[in-house]
Amino acid sequence: MLFTENVLVALAGLKANIMRSLLTMLGIIIGIASVIAIMTVGNSITLIVNSTMQGLGANNLQVGVMQKSTDDKDDKDDSGMNYGSGYVREMRDEDKISKDMLLSFKEEFSDDVKYILIDESVDDYYSPSKVTENGKTAKTRIVGYNRDYMEFNDKEILAGRGFIQQDFTEGKAVCMVSDKLVDRLYKGNKDAVLGKEIEVTRPDGSFYDFYVVGVYEYVAEQFTFGESDNPTTELMVPLNCARRINHNLNKGFDYVMVVTSVNTDNNTFVKTVRDYFNVNFYSRNDAYEIAAISMDSMMEKMNTMISMIQVALSVIAGISLVVGGIGVMNIMLVSITERTKEIGTRKALGATNASIRLQFITESVVICVIGGIIGIFFGIGLGMVAVKLMGYDAAVSVSSIVIAVAFSMAIGIFFGYYPANKAAKLNPIDALRYE
Amino acid sequence: MAENIMLDLRNIHKSFFIGTPNEFEVLHGLNFSVNKGEFVSIVGQSGSGKSTLMNIIGALDRPTAGEYTLDGVDIEKAKDHELSALRNKKIGFVFQTYNLIARTTALKNVELPMMYAGMGRVERTERAKMLLEQVEMTDRMLHKPDELSGGQKQRVAIARAMANDPAIILADEPTGALDSATGRLIMDIFHRLHEEQGKTIVLITHSPELSQETQRIITLKDGSIIGESTGNWNGLKEKEGA
Repeated sequence: MLFTENVLVALAGLKANIMRSLLTMLGIIIGIASVIAIMTVGNSITLIVNSTMQGLGANNLQVGVMQKSTDDKDDKDDSGMNYGSGYVREMRDEDKISKDMLLSFKEEFSDDVKYILIDESVDDYYSPSKVTENGKTAKTRIVGYNRDYMEFNDKEILAGRGFIQQDFTEGKAVCMVSDKLVDRLYKGNKDAVLGKEIEVTRPDGSFYDFYVVGVYEYVAEQFTFGESDNPTTELMVPLNCARRINHNLNKGFDYVMVVTSVNTDNNTFVKTVRDYFNVNFYSRNDAYEIAAISMDSMMEKMNTMISMIQVALSVIAGISLVVGGIGVMNIMLVSITERTKEIGTRKALGATNASIRLQFITESVVICVIGGIIGIFFGIGLGMVAVKLMGYDAAVSVSSIVIAVAFSMAIGIFFGYYPANKAAKLNPIDALRYE
Repeated sequence: MAENIMLDLRNIHKSFFIGTPNEFEVLHGLNFSVNKGEFVSIVGQSGSGKSTLMNIIGALDRPTAGEYTLDGVDIEKAKDHELSALRNKKIGFVFQTYNLIARTTALKNVELPMMYAGMGRVERTERAKMLLEQVEMTDRMLHKPDELSGGQKQRVAIARAMANDPAIILADEPTGALDSATGRLIMDIFHRLHEEQGKTIVLITHSPELSQETQRIITLKDGSIIGESTGNWNGLKEKEGA
């Protein structure tokens, strides 16, 4: 009744002064749009980071060799990561994690440890190797995986076979290539490459021959390098094969990933792992020790960081909302002065102070909510464009939309109250006499 | 108090404080009453205090001293929101400058007092249409005030004044902004409301000529009543017959 009437009057007022209404709303539009855009970008990044890390396995622990802290001060955080110490000496082979350590570790915690994942890249991301065949070239990266990794990863094999025990132990020069590579070099004919030897030329000009045993299905990564129609795909080889190329065959590892069983509590197990290695193998090491961190806690830290940045940026954007609110208040004061006589008339016709106040608060809320809704659309658009430019999928945050609408209503009430109250308290005689 | 008295003013004083100790008294103890169904005019030059008196009669202001009873209700004791309700239900204002709400249609303007009275949408729209029909504004009821002529606006204003079937219609120089022909039409509407519907009407004007059309003339000068006389109006029918 009175409420719908007020909204209709407010809308008619906005329509009568379109330019003025738009300019008034602009502050709210910009404020809400920037908050929504920031939330959308932040949300999308959180989702991507999480799914990437989830892909690496949320049940994972990363176990790596770290420098010992040189001073007594505790510079470590709870993961055992060491951020503040000075440099003692370069890492030597005896500082690394040996195969024997891993074997006894796996034996000791056979209930908790499902896999120990080890991979070793021959090429780095930015300078891949090449395979040239039939006059065409495909970019590839030689990466070695241990047996656990292959089991854990469970890549779809489209043709041929995976690696067998012998391949792993002997580090045979066998490989699996991606279907993308087969598409590019052999027009998709998998039989043309299976059982053949292919020659891989490394960026330094050296070349290696591999016997192709299988073709796996390429899955695009979240963080893609190179053109998407001609991606750099992995040439998967047994771990020892890659280590031989790198001349690491008899050396230890800097870093391994441990996949725990479903029932293991990673938060406590991560400490157990650290203590096990440090007590048994690193107690006499003067410079290095083992640090372990769970993917879970890393993910948590990352998410907190992203949301902190998000909140901080939103607060800055929110300042423009306050400025916008002041603009609304200003225009409401103008509008009330212009309509003094109308207010007087309404009072003469029986409007109470409360109904006058409600009328003008409604008007200010209507301005803010319309501005807010326009802002939401702009914000979503802006956020989506930004996220798409970064090459990710956009994830609009629904909660931020709800909050934005509620917040613009609150701004309308807050900044509308003072002018509305001023209108309500007008003396009807003075208001009627106003010209 | 007699049953048939609509408004009764006893020893009404009104002072304005223009900074202590300067008290400026505008009305010096007025006494008069208006009967139900009476058409009364209050005449005075500008500065005579008639606007102040109108504000008091219209429950827009309270007297400094004295008693004012409107349709059995003590005005000087009423609180602000009670005054709002009184204005809404008991008084129908007609202003010299029409005071229609801009940007809303004639129909919505007539609905407004009923809306403040809490009447339902369907009911008030129906009544507003009926009232506009009485002032022959049906064909213009969806027009906004700036699309109406002065006479049309005043007819809408009269319909609006009648919205909650008030105890009195309080008209402040209703023809002041109109040419004489249109003014005549407006005055005829008042006469019709008075004669056909038995409305109590208080007309405030500076024009002795116009006041002659009412049953009783109260003349105000310098804040005091200096005379009461009867008008020489003989009724619409006689005029039309002549």
